[in-house]
Amino acid sequence: MAAETKELKTKELTISMGPQHPATHGVLRVVLDLDGESVVKCTPYVGYLHRGVEKLAENRTYLSALPLTDRLDYISSMSNNIGYCVAVERLLGIEPPERAKYIRTIMGELTRISSHIIGVATHALDIGAMTLFLYSFRDREDIMDLFEMTCGARLTVSYPRIGGVRNDVSQEFIDKVYKFADELPKKIVDEYETLIDQNRIWFQRTKGIGVISAEDAVNWGLTGPTLRGSGVPYDVRKYAPYDAYDKVEFDVPVGKAGDVYDRYKCRMEELKQSARIIKQCVEQMPTGPIMAPDASKFTLPPKDMVLKDMESLIRQFVLITKGPIASPEGEIYAATEVPKGELGFYIISDGSGRPYRMRLRAPSFVHVSVLPTLCEGALIADVIANIGTIDIVLGECDR
Amino acid sequence: MEPKEIAELIQERYPEEVKGIKEFRGQFSVTVKKDRIKEILQYLHETPDLYFDHPQDLCGVDYLGKKEPRFEVVYHLYSIRHKHMIRIKAEVPEDDCSIDSVTDIWAGANWHERECFDLFGITFKGHPDHRRILLPEDWDGHPLRKDYPLKSDLGDRDWKQYKEVVELAKKNKQYEVK
Repeated sequence: MAAETKELKTKELTISMGPQHPATHGVLRVVLDLDGESVVKCTPYVGYLHRGVEKLAENRTYLSALPLTDRLDYISSMSNNIGYCVAVERLLGIEPPERAKYIRTIMGELTRISSHIIGVATHALDIGAMTLFLYSFRDREDIMDLFEMTCGARLTVSYPRIGGVRNDVSQEFIDKVYKFADELPKKIVDEYETLIDQNRIWFQRTKGIGVISAEDAVNWGLTGPTLRGSGVPYDVRKYAPYDAYDKVEFDVPVGKAGDVYDRYKCRMEELKQSARIIKQCVEQMPTGPIMAPDASKFTLPPKDMVLKDMESLIRQFVLITKGPIASPEGEIYAATEVPKGELGFYIISDGSGRPYRMRLRAPSFVHVSVLPTLCEGALIADVIANIGTIDIVLGECDR
Repeated sequence: MEPKEIAELIQERYPEEVKGIKEFRGQFSVTVKKDRIKEILQYLHETPDLYFDHPQDLCGVDYLGKKEPRFEVVYHLYSIRHKHMIRIKAEVPEDDCSIDSVTDIWAGANWHERECFDLFGITFKGHPDHRRILLPEDWDGHPLRKDYPLKSDLGDRDWKQYKEVVELAKKNKQYEVK
């Protein structure tokens, strides 16, 4: 018997995981060279969702390029819109009014909550904890309802505008959002954390897996919870505040070990911090206009004004028919903290009213690039955990 | 350090390389020649007072008909320790469309450089994995160049594999159930 075993030959096996695979969170293809169960080489292939957003934006006006940004990270479209608006506002030198800033901050944090619970839930589902997934969609539904109440859309919202937001929020929305933020931390602790944070299987699948040191993580250009899990407290909301983030108090949770578990823990803590920010915003919310007066050159007037007011009607007509409006020449890089990490817009304006070049620095693109470093040398089952932990959306990665 | 000081520091150290400094809304961009770009970036990464450890972004820009040289590779660098940022722009002419790779300074530059090659056709010398990234490997042309059409019937220039699929569909039409 022993003699027979000696003659068994082993060879490396190459398998292609994806592009249609439930655990790759979209159309990501990962080619894995395996030696038994351990990964020797991991090569991600992206680009299946490439739609040429950067090229399309070059041929649109600043106003009409906004809906393109919805389709990047499609489960947190509101944050992308805000990022784009912040960038264009800085380019044009527009300052949105206070109320609009607070509304945007609330919307941005709601999106963060929805994105993080979906991210953690699908991550847990891939590893085998299914109940969390069902809870998360229940809570996400509340957020979707809040969006629908404000702007009529649930997924691709296009709600923020250059210089403010499209329409004001109602008192009903304010009450509901406060109630939601008030209840969320308890739900997180009672339902989410009790389910998996005391689960031995969860610990074994996440602790010490996919470790990346703080220095490496910065060198790779990682951002968001993926970076903070390694202990680097870099958060654009603190380092270069935009909207109302400099007026609210919140902590930036960081991990220590830089493994899958710490990154998961960071996201869970961030949910609680987001709820804290929303509550403060509701308490501090000022009254006043929701659109900067000098933004009127670039943004369509509200629909009810168009129907009632001659001046607004003319403005809408001119904006639609006359084409782009001259903008200052220059270039700007503006970063915002979206749920996945740092979303940067680098816009070059040549004064024509259309972006000469709009570059998108998508966090998911950078995060996929680190996948080989996390996976090589690990087991094939850990590849699933690693894809879940970097929290990618391929629409944003491929643009 | 203030971005203005950083820009001046670079100019002081590399007077022959720096072609100009521009400011717009508080952000400074330093335009440099491409020959010693790696040395300049290495200096920015390793000097303790500057310590640009975070590669925020790397991308290409095409200035067809607007400017000579035609291309620019733009580096956005950030220092998490010092909380400052600078933009370095390296000019790349069309007839020598290549620049040194900076992957050994920042590992994160790897995919950005691949993307820049894919969409602009700028080659990065010394890149460990120089392939297309977003488009198929047998794609013809570089879409973010200004002379690449946004929308048109490419005819014969269509992607080879797309043409094959169309041919196959035509051939298989005879088996359609009526």
